[in-house]
Amino acid sequence: MSYKWNWGVLLDPVVTGENATYLEWIVHGFFITLGLTLCAWTLALVVGTVFGVMRTWPNRFGQAIGTAYVSIFRNVPLIVQFFVWYFVVPEILPAAIGDWIKGVKPNVQFFVVSVLALGMYTGSRICEQLRAGIQALPRGQRQAGLAMGFSTAQTYGHVMLPQVFRHIMPPLTSEFLIISKNSAIASTIGLLELSRQAQQLVDFTAQPYESFIVVTLAYVLLNFLILRFMAWINNRISLPGLMGH
Amino acid sequence: MIELKNVSKWYGKFQALRDCSVSVAQGEVVVFCGPSGSGKSTLIKLINGLEDFQSGDILFKSKSIRGGEMKMSELRTRVGMVFQSFELFPHLSVLRNLTIAQEKVLGRPAAEATTKALALLERVGLTSQAEKYPAQLSGGQQQRVAIARSLSMDPEVMLFDEPTSALDPEMINEVLSVMVELAQEGMTMLCVTHEMGFARKVADKVVFMDAGSIVEIGATQAFFDAPATERARDFLQKILH
Amino acid sequence: MFDFDWQALIASRHILAAGAWITLQVTLVAIACGVVWGTVLALCAVSAIKPLALFAKAYVALFRSIPLVMLLLWFFLIVPQLLKAVFDLSPTVDIRLVSAMVAFSMLEAAFFSEIIRAGILGLSRGQFLAARSLGMTTVQMMRYIILPQAFKAMLPILLTQCIVIFQDTSLVYVIALGDFFRNAVSLGERDGTLVQMLLFAGLVYWLICSTLSASVKLVQQRMQHD
Repeated sequence: MSYKWNWGVLLDPVVTGENATYLEWIVHGFFITLGLTLCAWTLALVVGTVFGVMRTWPNRFGQAIGTAYVSIFRNVPLIVQFFVWYFVVPEILPAAIGDWIKGVKPNVQFFVVSVLALGMYTGSRICEQLRAGIQALPRGQRQAGLAMGFSTAQTYGHVMLPQVFRHIMPPLTSEFLIISKNSAIASTIGLLELSRQAQQLVDFTAQPYESFIVVTLAYVLLNFLILRFMAWINNRISLPGLMGH
Repeated sequence: MIELKNVSKWYGKFQALRDCSVSVAQGEVVVFCGPSGSGKSTLIKLINGLEDFQSGDILFKSKSIRGGEMKMSELRTRVGMVFQSFELFPHLSVLRNLTIAQEKVLGRPAAEATTKALALLERVGLTSQAEKYPAQLSGGQQQRVAIARSLSMDPEVMLFDEPTSALDPEMINEVLSVMVELAQEGMTMLCVTHEMGFARKVADKVVFMDAGSIVEIGATQAFFDAPATERARDFLQKILH
Repeated sequence: MFDFDWQALIASRHILAAGAWITLQVTLVAIACGVVWGTVLALCAVSAIKPLALFAKAYVALFRSIPLVMLLLWFFLIVPQLLKAVFDLSPTVDIRLVSAMVAFSMLEAAFFSEIIRAGILGLSRGQFLAARSLGMTTVQMMRYIILPQAFKAMLPILLTQCIVIFQDTSLVYVIALGDFFRNAVSLGERDGTLVQMLLFAGLVYWLICSTLSASVKLVQQRMQHD
């Protein structure tokens, strides 16, 4: 292979005339990916908790909705979900809203759609982990909460959920890592995140290897940051007297 | 104070309780005993609504639970429960375990709740553990905290579901002495227990259950000296050796 | 919007079928190669030979920290010449299909290796000791005693991973490989029926995956009754 390595290309100004170097493009992509990951993760936690609680709450209707939610969002590939959110949802919403959505700046559209798609998908996974965690909690805890006079909602909020979230930290960490990788799928609907920048660099420079290596390292860095962050959270919430403190 | 009238309960096709009737007066200490699976725990859980029943009725101070005269939320603040597996809230400190329900359910201000909690901890001899977490306490200590937690709600009746069965032998007494004190102070208590020494000491009457039915109810002394039914005799022979 | 154009769908069935065939090929190759290579990696990871264990762990860590999209792009844009040389393919072979198969196999091997490793570690030490005391070599022990039990214990998780692989193949979209999803989208863009094609594709995936998941649940329940 007669490939000429040229790491310096990363510092070259981009040929599109924009005032940036290729490295800056990559950094920009990194922050878009980071932002997407954080926003989608937040949405996933909220949605996942709501549906996870619904699936265990003693109410048949709520449980049916929770089951349907999980069934739909876990059995359709993520890229298909991205496309549905971007192409189909604006069409099936009432015309006024649909038109407004199409009028929003493309970059904002891409970002918001990506957050929704990624968040709702990951939410279904978190929902299942929460449900498993709640069901694994000793029955006595729910009973003790009720025996004290707590309503079901109070029992969930004061007794059950604080424990369950601590127990499911490992799978939650795993989901956080997975969401950071799935963010790359947003490139298929046009978001200029990290993996898209890698493709851009391949198109504009003649140095595909350097671009890909840097972007791959950026993903490894993101992985590492998330692991450190979750370890810090784990430390802060761990209880004295139990393992891990 | 509490009256069970012909209460029956089914789990699907399996009948867990058959036509049970018993009454408990204010200040009475009633011990429920019998072989495993006889339905003792299930029966007392009916009283604070942790289990439901399909036929019969339970009256709390003459108000019917089945008829809806007694609302469950109110009932649970007037009936305290101590569990076999303690069930302290592991993510809260000992003190918080005692104050959280006072504040959130009874609406007491934090200062008042804390004062009461500390007083109760002193009563069970655990003031020094107030800031510790349940996992740092021994079984006997946890159960005493659990009793204090139930007392923090100022209940009129206390239910005990095999409170010492999960404890190492050397810790059983520290919990039993708290329960004896409670009984001597006049608390209405329903206890499911195998501790016959405790029963002899403070119980006013003994309810013997087998296979979901109440087989015999007797005044304590009479029950232990000369049980009326053969099954009760059998049972006592096996456990008192 | 809800007047579904069934005629157009039926007319395009060949394209969709061709796409489905690609999806199936990638899925099956990824599963087959992934399980084999993953088993080797798992054995390396639990082996007492330090360099092997280190290699296996590094491999898994690396492949689990890169998005699948990047991996597909790597194998498609960067190493076509390398792949052609290694596999001695004729220049007319669609490099995209081979890249996809290689990328998926290498990635899924990492996931399978973790599952199988968990299965091996979940066995009681007594199994290893008993096999050794009968005079078995490591190879015999793994082949006849350990791996069969590890696979049996992990069967539901392995099957679920296969369903995940089936879903993940839709990502070959990024390398313009014509799988079921890509073809559905292309048809939709060509005919202006994108919305209905997306809903159709979603429905097909949902039907297949929910059926497969339900089957795995049945397998799991059967296993518990044993």
